[in-house]
Amino acid sequence: MFAYATRKLLISIPVLLLATLVAFLLVATIDPIAGQRVLLLAKPGGEEQIARLEASLGLDKPLLERYGNWLGDLLRGDFGTSTDNGREVTELLAQAVPVTLRLVVAATVISLFFGVAVGVISAVRKYSVFDNVSTFFAFLFFAMPVFWLGAVLKDLGIRFNDWWGRRIFFTVGEQSPRLDADFWGTWADRIGHIILPALTLILIQLAATSRFQRSAMLDVLESDYIRTARAKGVPRRKVITRHALRNALLPVVTLTGLTFGTLIGGTVVTEIVFNWKGMGRLFLDSLFHGDVAVTQASLLIVGISVIVVNLITDLVYGFLDPRVRHG
Amino acid sequence: MDDSLVFAPEIAPRSQWRTVMARFFSHRLAVGALLITVVAYVFTYLTEPLTGWHYAELSGDLSASPSWEHWFGTDTIGHDMFAQSMRGLRLSIHVSIVVAAIATALGTVIGAVQGWFRGRVDAALSLLVDFLLILPLLPVLMVLGTRARGVGGSSLTFVAVVIGLFLWPPLARVVRGEVFSLREKEYIEAAAALGASNTRIIFRHLIPNVISSVIVYATLTVAAAILIETALAFLGFGIQPPEVSLGALVDEGRAAARTRWWLFYLPGAVLIVLVLCVNFVGDGLRDAFDPRQKRRQK
Repeated sequence: MFAYATRKLLISIPVLLLATLVAFLLVATIDPIAGQRVLLLAKPGGEEQIARLEASLGLDKPLLERYGNWLGDLLRGDFGTSTDNGREVTELLAQAVPVTLRLVVAATVISLFFGVAVGVISAVRKYSVFDNVSTFFAFLFFAMPVFWLGAVLKDLGIRFNDWWGRRIFFTVGEQSPRLDADFWGTWADRIGHIILPALTLILIQLAATSRFQRSAMLDVLESDYIRTARAKGVPRRKVITRHALRNALLPVVTLTGLTFGTLIGGTVVTEIVFNWKGMGRLFLDSLFHGDVAVTQASLLIVGISVIVVNLITDLVYGFLDPRVRHG
Repeated sequence: MDDSLVFAPEIAPRSQWRTVMARFFSHRLAVGALLITVVAYVFTYLTEPLTGWHYAELSGDLSASPSWEHWFGTDTIGHDMFAQSMRGLRLSIHVSIVVAAIATALGTVIGAVQGWFRGRVDAALSLLVDFLLILPLLPVLMVLGTRARGVGGSSLTFVAVVIGLFLWPPLARVVRGEVFSLREKEYIEAAAALGASNTRIIFRHLIPNVISSVIVYATLTVAAAILIETALAFLGFGIQPPEVSLGALVDEGRAAARTRWWLFYLPGAVLIVLVLCVNFVGDGLRDAFDPRQKRRQK
């Protein structure tokens, strides 16, 4: 297991480098002074001003040199300064990352847990009422755009609050502004705010995970070694949890890594719908304002998170399946 | 050999296509879904003559609730929401078909090339596929879509092509796997022995034999493309005004979800019904091509 883990870790390093290059090249397609360019070109002497502006942003240098400079700064922990508000990008990230992380972790953990549970029950009780109902909802949520589901839940939350007469669901922001509470009070407030956004992501993730777990479980349940286990008298519950589930978890582990990118996209949208001040908002605003340093940094953080999650799924896979780590 | 010696009952030959079609058309849900999609698409061209409203036209009724005059009501400046939704529906279908065409062509050819040549070609392309598979698509498309902002109507093709360039890897992976086993078949060996070129083998022998997966994945790509296109428009990076996208309509309507529900719920419902229908068609196609995978055996 140790050798396998080391190998996987070492492979991540070139992937990480590739991610920095891709993030840089993608952002290089944006013209940070597109707005000013149009205005300046209409004025006399505008072209010189544009040239000066480009030089101040380092845009006059060749692409590769710019990449080298950016990467060098990055390795020294310098993400640059926001051209929009003059603040250090590291500072902006330090505020936004924990907010988004809360949402992503909550959504991933809860949807995985319920996805596996629903999938297993559906497979064990094939064509039961439970199976049919979960299939129906899986189809429905699979077709549902995140932005619509989020906005519907928000609207329903507000309507529920009105009907109940006091605020049960928080629908705006990641925590109450100017909240003066102790440690537990702060977390209670945060949990109150996270329910609806997390539910949005969970319902959509759940649709895919539960279907996937169901078909993986069905495949395994039909195999010979399960019949053998049953024949030699292993209790049903133990056959399902020990013998079947361990193997049937493998495809879902892979799926979690593959769909993490989609979850990130969903998180960006959900943050916008519920007015969270996380990475999604930071990223969107940086694109609207041509704030290149922030765009690059956010994109890189997203890339790193995807690489880390896939590293984790690889390790879990190796843990669950000895063939992989010895292969 | 004399033909009369062969004992065979006279049965009209039935091609594989006809078998598949017959199976598909016995799948009620899938046929219904296909019918709804086609009728809805045709209807987007009949909206103006039937309801009397053009999507860009400003009627005098501001923020009117749904009625006979305006089926989906009107927005704050008087656009007929039904005409707008139908316009958005049509564009979503157009964009997703272009996306599916690009992604399917790329995925099929790249997957077949990987499976046929194996070795270094496969290893190199596999790296690309693996990389694109875990890529967080929406953030990447948002960066690329920044260029589309402010371009207006011409953003349509741009959006479709860019999405298409990113949606091919899942299909490439499936085709690659199938070609790996196909290439060991006798008829492929025979074609190679007869001196058929690589191109001929790939396009004449391999790809026609993976066509069932290709068609099923093409349908799934349509659904994925619709969701991505509308999400981009929702965030402001997809199809740009004055053109209409269901995603942009939902974005404009969501602030009014409580007071003028029709602005938010009705375009969203159109969008969900469309994606649901496409998914049902894809499911029906998969069952028709491969009855063993059928979810509900009799």
